[in-house]
Amino acid sequence: MKNLLGIYTIWYRDLLRFWHDKMRMVSSVVFPLLFLFVFGSGLSARMGLLGPGINFSQFMFPGIIGMTVLMSSFASGVSIVWDREFGFLKEVLVAPVSRATVATGKAFGGATVALIQGTLTLAFSPLIGVSLTPLKILQLLPLMLLLATAMASMGILLATRIRSMEAFQAVMQMLMFPMTFLSGVFFPLQGLPAWMDFLTKINPATYGIAPIREVMLGTLPGSPFAVTLFGHVMTLWENIGVMAGFGAIMLVLAMWSFSHQE
Amino acid sequence: MSKDIIQVENLVKKFGALAAVDDISFTIAPGEIFGFLGPNGAGKTTTINILCTLARPTSGKATVNGFDVVHQQGMVRQSIGLVFQDPSLDERLSGLQNLRFHALVYNIPRSVREKRIEEMLQMVELWDKRHNEVRTYSGGMKRRLELARGLLHSPKVLFLDEPTLGLDPQTRQRIWEYILDLRQRKGTTVFLTTHYMDEAEKADRIAIIDHGKLVAIDTPAGLKRLVGKDIVSLKTDDNVRAGEELKGRYQIESRRDGDGLVFEVASGEEFLPIFIKEFGTRILSVNLRRPSLDTVFLKLTGRDIREEEVTDVLKAMVRQHGRRTRR
Ligand SMILES: Nc1ncnc2c1ncn2[C@@H]1O[C@H](COP(=O)(O)OP(=O)(O)OP(=O)(O)O)[C@@H](O)[C@H]1O
Ligand SMILES: [Mg+2]
Repeated sequence: MKNLLGIYTIWYRDLLRFWHDKMRMVSSVVFPLLFLFVFGSGLSARMGLLGPGINFSQFMFPGIIGMTVLMSSFASGVSIVWDREFGFLKEVLVAPVSRATVATGKAFGGATVALIQGTLTLAFSPLIGVSLTPLKILQLLPLMLLLATAMASMGILLATRIRSMEAFQAVMQMLMFPMTFLSGVFFPLQGLPAWMDFLTKINPATYGIAPIREVMLGTLPGSPFAVTLFGHVMTLWENIGVMAGFGAIMLVLAMWSFSHQE
Repeated sequence: MSKDIIQVENLVKKFGALAAVDDISFTIAPGEIFGFLGPNGAGKTTTINILCTLARPTSGKATVNGFDVVHQQGMVRQSIGLVFQDPSLDERLSGLQNLRFHALVYNIPRSVREKRIEEMLQMVELWDKRHNEVRTYSGGMKRRLELARGLLHSPKVLFLDEPTLGLDPQTRQRIWEYILDLRQRKGTTVFLTTHYMDEAEKADRIAIIDHGKLVAIDTPAGLKRLVGKDIVSLKTDDNVRAGEELKGRYQIESRRDGDGLVFEVASGEEFLPIFIKEFGTRILSVNLRRPSLDTVFLKLTGRDIREEEVTDVLKAMVRQHGRRTRR
């Protein structure tokens, strides 16, 4: 009970800060749209259809949603580095809530903010020609939350080990860009060179993006967008399983690492 | 099991080769106001960090409220409140939101939460500014908010690391009244570091630390006795006879000073009432001067307690002056 209250408080503060920061809200939506319209309109005509009735923009849209969620949640770890720099972390660290609780609250705070940003970006689906039913949105929310929680935990893990803002940002970008580009956001994961194929398969983000795309575009089994692992076509639930496993490991590591820092 | 609220045994904290805290031991009784004095870099904040579970000791043992600071961190944290030396507010939230956050993580019951918050904000005169973001507060206002926050959950042990630095005298006065009252009502123990002598005087006992080592620990009066006796200035209608009487009756040597006499006694407070009653020569005036904590500090650490700040001010003046002349 006390731990729940602790998680809630830490989570609530992250949301408050996000709410206070209207610029962040706007820019978080503008950046993915830029990708969508620049790449999408530039390449859509040239690339033709990527699947049955799906042009490049429509293919990319779920990926962009995933990317928004991924980047925002991963970057949320920066708030810990920030809090350390400005001293607020001390207030949190001497409070009578366990460190694991704080890490969990942080993970859900960052994940929730990312979820809001992802959901806001969903509003542009009519412009792309992707139709979303309320049922689809209801299915997308937990998928986005899963990806976001896993990535936020990874961000926290990083932030507990890296003290300076600059170093955190550098390392984060070093991880975030390959993870985004090699996760099937921008191109289907089929017919890739062997080395690239390998990298996309070991990239956990791949298994977070695939279900979002599957739900949004309604891909059937055996579609050109599915992830194939050792000749086996991953189902929706298998993808979710991989993502959940990765997320759980990250969250536990983040909790552990947060408890063992000075 | 002892009833001391804080126990420190052979505590050591090393940063590389530097022993910031070098084998110190002391105990603090419940309800005590304990002053922790020392020059800059002596190891005061490091000691507090260990006691509040923010840092791990290199060796040695410490307990707070009966709980080990390494192995029972949760229980220790439940027992304490802190005002850090360095800023520790969320500047993007309002003053009220900062206190609400604190109230929630310290699990202050909902029924009293808002009332306590208002009471504390009124005490530090920030109630009218409660909805403003903290980054718009002045330095002194931020400090006041931190004090309000540290006191909010009425902790058993309160650590105050230079709590009133940069505050105006009225505010300092009000905050001290509150702390003393808290001690009276709830038996709160206060662990205080300060560079203000008048604040140190409020402590029941004072420890002086230098280069990580404890150099003295005693009551303020006891510390002053270390460096010298109390000085009594006496005026009588016959100074010669008074001098003889002092020597004859009390074996005290006195010397002439202007139109009066000056002499030293170990404890002027206790000596004077008896002396005035039984002294044969008519006394015109008597004045007791006691050695101050400043002199104690100077003698034990070789530095003036305000020295660092004074030199900082001087440096700043020189810097400004330099800038102006260079132009
Ligand atoms: N994290 C750290 N890493 C390395 N050295 C440190 C660290 N923290 C403190 N020190 C060193 O330990 C010594 C004691 O520092 P501390 O902050 O405890 O001093 P203090 O008594 O609080 O001084 P002040 O009156 O200036 O606040 C100093 O020499 C300081 O440089
Ligand atoms: Mg200090």
